[in-house]
Amino acid sequence: MISYVLQYDYFGLIKHLPILQVLIPFIAAPLIVFIGKRNISFWLTFLASILSLIIAGTLLITVQSDGIVSYHIGGWAPPVGIEYRIDHLSTFVLILITLVSTLVLPYIRSSILYEIPQDNHTLFYAAYLLCLTGLLGVVATGDAFNVFVFLEISSLSSYVLVSLGSYRDRRALTAAFEYLIMGTIGATFFVIGIGLLYMETGTLNLVDMSNILESQSTSRTVRSAFAFIVVGIGLKLAIYPIHLWLPRAYTFAPSAVSAFLAATATKVAVYMLIRFMFTVFKPNFLSEMNVLEFFLLPLAILAMIITSIIAIFQKDLKSLLAYSSVAQIGYILLGLTLLSEKGLTASIIHLFNHGITKLTLFMIAGAYVVRRGGSLLKHLEGVAGTMPWTSAAAVIGFLSLIGVPGTAGFISKWLLVEASLEKGLWPIAILIILSSLLAVVYCWKIIETIYFKDNLIPSKEGEIPKSMLIPIWVSAIACIYFGLNTDITISIAEIASQTLQPDYVNNN
Amino acid sequence: MLSWSFILGHLNYWLFIVLMMTGLYIIIAKGNLVKKIVGLNIFQVSVFMFYISIGKITGGTAPIFPVDMNIDPEVIYSNPLPHVLILTAIVVGISTTALALALIVRIRETYGTIEEDEILVMDREVLSKRVLRETENSPGKSL
Repeated sequence: MISYVLQYDYFGLIKHLPILQVLIPFIAAPLIVFIGKRNISFWLTFLASILSLIIAGTLLITVQSDGIVSYHIGGWAPPVGIEYRIDHLSTFVLILITLVSTLVLPYIRSSILYEIPQDNHTLFYAAYLLCLTGLLGVVATGDAFNVFVFLEISSLSSYVLVSLGSYRDRRALTAAFEYLIMGTIGATFFVIGIGLLYMETGTLNLVDMSNILESQSTSRTVRSAFAFIVVGIGLKLAIYPIHLWLPRAYTFAPSAVSAFLAATATKVAVYMLIRFMFTVFKPNFLSEMNVLEFFLLPLAILAMIITSIIAIFQKDLKSLLAYSSVAQIGYILLGLTLLSEKGLTASIIHLFNHGITKLTLFMIAGAYVVRRGGSLLKHLEGVAGTMPWTSAAAVIGFLSLIGVPGTAGFISKWLLVEASLEKGLWPIAILIILSSLLAVVYCWKIIETIYFKDNLIPSKEGEIPKSMLIPIWVSAIACIYFGLNTDITISIAEIASQTLQPDYVNNN
Repeated sequence: MLSWSFILGHLNYWLFIVLMMTGLYIIIAKGNLVKKIVGLNIFQVSVFMFYISIGKITGGTAPIFPVDMNIDPEVIYSNPLPHVLILTAIVVGISTTALALALIVRIRETYGTIEEDEILVMDREVLSKRVLRETENSPGKSL
């Protein structure tokens, strides 16, 4: 496969793929602002997104066949130079981000017509591309400080994207402000952690850092670095008690933005957590800290149960989905804290499966906003009568969110239950099932509203435009496809979790 | 443990922690959005100072090599890398501040106030009256 691609590689670009992955959207963003034409800007964004997807796909194949790809920027070898390092986990997350971006863009083009004034569309696309750049950069880079810079690029542009919801509801402004404060505190904590690590190791290269940390005994500096990094990423990730920015931001952001961010931004934060926990700090250090068992595990379980209960009482579909996102982040964290290969595999798969599920559901919420003028439950009463196709996709999305067999959500929850039983933690398995039952309650509430309530809002307009309906259905079908054909996701996730050696402590 | 040499030897950390906590306290305690941003800036600047101070080596000089590149191995140079990193972090900090101030301008335009508690009261009133200006009128209208 690679040799086939290589014969068409006239410019010698193949070996530069890791940097091109980040550069293409990064160059497209200012280009759009300079050109300043609304239609061209969409097509440029779409082109950049498709190119990124192709690059991510090529990288996936390369990593599968040849192992880890290491790219030295400017030819400076690490640890002196900046290294871009693509391993199995990175390719998996890169594919998720670029796939979601390519899927959501046609939808964005139609949906922002209803939510954002046309003058701002070019700038919207520029901010979107910068957000994409940041997310891809965090995953591609192997340099600790680079992670921070890309994290801030993606965060700053996502504050802008969230605040654009203010044309529908002015609370988007305060939500974006709150997100900015929390996000910046998180990023600053993260950068303190990096500083302490640099103090201890004298390097910024993640692999080099990990080798040095392994060769010496843990000091107080390293322990406090670990604490700062976990709390910093935790703020970006919306771990349970520090999650409050997330529901507000996702509720008031333009629906297309909520769909994109819910499927990618928190997932990238999870990726960072996995990267720092398992690549930089080895699991034997983690268990020495006991931080996972006594700190993150209870928080993950609290998130699963409490935010699911909060979700039941929401009156707005978008905020219900946002609270459910926090609960799902709980599942992903739970898999990490089990410190076993199976648990990590479950987490990585759930990252992907939950990404596409939430993408579907947020896009559907956006579709309802377009036709009904809001996503409050009273707007949605009997909406299935006028929008049968969207509502059918909603059913698939909710089934996947609950984790019904045959959908993507089932696979990851099943693996998670298996992983916790393997560790002998049967109460956790019961709690996972309990949390799924709570998910049934809130999903049923929405399905009841859209199918079995009388349609009181007279609405002449029927189904949403095809350009919005097709992305919704593609991702809904993906929810089923990855539930039935699990070979692809499971095999990649298994290799990824093997390379990270989560049960390192047991083997040594 | 807490001897004079310990306290004085870690002076940069004490300053960093005091500044950082001051900033964090302002962010949490103040209701005025601009003051929150000031707090955020103090918080970020404390980290810059932390980074810069760890680049210092006792007896180290500025990391500039002589023009003829005859580097004397006896001379100790300070580590320039943290300073470079902080140049980047300053840029990030400025863009954050600029964006936050822009948001505050928009908040002031739509709400008429930049006091957090007043904004909260206004949002609650909107909720209780179910006015929801923009969300309720004319579904499907293109902007």
